[in-house]
Amino acid sequence: MNFDMSPYGAFIWPAYGLTVIVLGGLTLWTIARWRAVKAKLASLEKP
Amino acid sequence: MTPFIALLARDLRLSVREGGGAALALVFFALVATLVPLGVGSDLALLAKVGSGVLWVGAALAALLSLDRLFQADYEDGSLDLIALSPLSLEGTAAAKILAHWLSIGLPLTLFSPILSVFFGLSAPAVMALTLSLAIGTPAVSAMGAILASLTLSVRRGGLILPLLVLPLLVPVVIFGAGMAVEVQTGLANGAPRFLLAFSLATTLLSPFVTAMAVRLNLAG
Amino acid sequence: MFDWLFRYANPARFMGLSGKLLPWLSAAALLALAVGLYLGFSAPPDYQQGRTVLILFVHVPAAIMATLVYGCIAVASLFSLVNRHLLADVAARTAAPLGAGFTFLALTTGSLWGKPMWGAWWAWGDSRLTSTLVQFFLYLGYIALWNAIEDETRAARVCAVLALVGAVNIPIIKFSVDWWATLHQGESIVSGKLAGVFLTPFLFMMVFYMLLFACLWLVRIRTVILERRVRALMGAA
Repeated sequence: MNFDMSPYGAFIWPAYGLTVIVLGGLTLWTIARWRAVKAKLASLEKP
Repeated sequence: MTPFIALLARDLRLSVREGGGAALALVFFALVATLVPLGVGSDLALLAKVGSGVLWVGAALAALLSLDRLFQADYEDGSLDLIALSPLSLEGTAAAKILAHWLSIGLPLTLFSPILSVFFGLSAPAVMALTLSLAIGTPAVSAMGAILASLTLSVRRGGLILPLLVLPLLVPVVIFGAGMAVEVQTGLANGAPRFLLAFSLATTLLSPFVTAMAVRLNLAG
Repeated sequence: MFDWLFRYANPARFMGLSGKLLPWLSAAALLALAVGLYLGFSAPPDYQQGRTVLILFVHVPAAIMATLVYGCIAVASLFSLVNRHLLADVAARTAAPLGAGFTFLALTTGSLWGKPMWGAWWAWGDSRLTSTLVQFFLYLGYIALWNAIEDETRAARVCAVLALVGAVNIPIIKFSVDWWATLHQGESIVSGKLAGVFLTPFLFMMVFYMLLFACLWLVRIRTVILERRVRALMGAA
């Protein structure tokens, strides 16, 4: 794989970086909400 | 007096009594026409180029001002329930309210625009094109606005969310409306008038049905 | 024809099916991503665009998803209004932030692609970019309206109408923006074209984006189903 981006690196890496941040953020948020509700449900169905 | 005319007359009377009706919209329109040159500079050549577009945007914004009151006032004091029970169908009610809004806001804005075009040094043909495009396009603004006003009628501070919802949907109106002015500027026919007319007709014809559906959804809840 | 769809309106059945699908979908997504990135970064620079063609691997899928997700919301909204399909409301609501995210990425990566290509961070004349901007506002409005109405059922119905009104208007908006661009530019600006060697990695990336959306969407719907169960249990207590 070739990582030499000249001279456009300043544009390519931010584009990928933003993508990782947004898509990764959405993924993390989704998983976090899921885990939270599972935990809540478990605590309610336990006693 | 048919129920339609009665509702129309009532809404017109209310708009004058409560919000000053056209007055508020016209003053707002004039303020936009004042602020833009102050912000952009007095170069009349530049202003003449952007004038039609600026005035179109100003008129669209001014027309939005009283939109949240279209249904909300009646909803909050219970009159909307009574109106829904009247012999006039909800579609007819919606049509009457759209017409009232256009007569009290859209039409005055259209008639006022030639005066404001003086601020931008528009040529006589440009002024005519602008006024005509507003005449054709402002009904679409009222009609589209009515749909969104009826959807948001139960939202307490709906006045803030309404422009956010309506303005993206009015992009074609502004584009084609201002596009009619470009026709005059370039001297080339570009199809704007017929697109504007088509959009306006379609929106005005369909809006009463969608508006009535939205009112029903909100009254049912 | 839609019987199978209504079978899975039953939350329990939906949980069952989605639970089985998710591991496969997420594995496939990661695979597509890996292949797409490897092939993309291994390819030589494009004749015209140099290495900026790599941006198109994240820009074009995002832009396509922006419209695709809105289409999903529109379809879900239709089922919500016409059939009062139980999960349709949930589906529509949960898809919206995902679509807004894709739209945001489409705009920002488009701008980052445009600067080296056209020399400007923004070009109104690229009608696709401008239409995507308007779509972004439509997403924001849709999400705002959901949050503004307290009663959930009413919010679902009202937002369904909003989504459908928006869906009907999107082609008209695109048409008007296209028309506007040709009017003011004379010709449309060069939009990204992909040569053959880039087509394969792009397709893998496109598949990745679609699978990612599918996974996140399913998980979010499952989450809401469980949240409702939590509320039911807490209400009963």
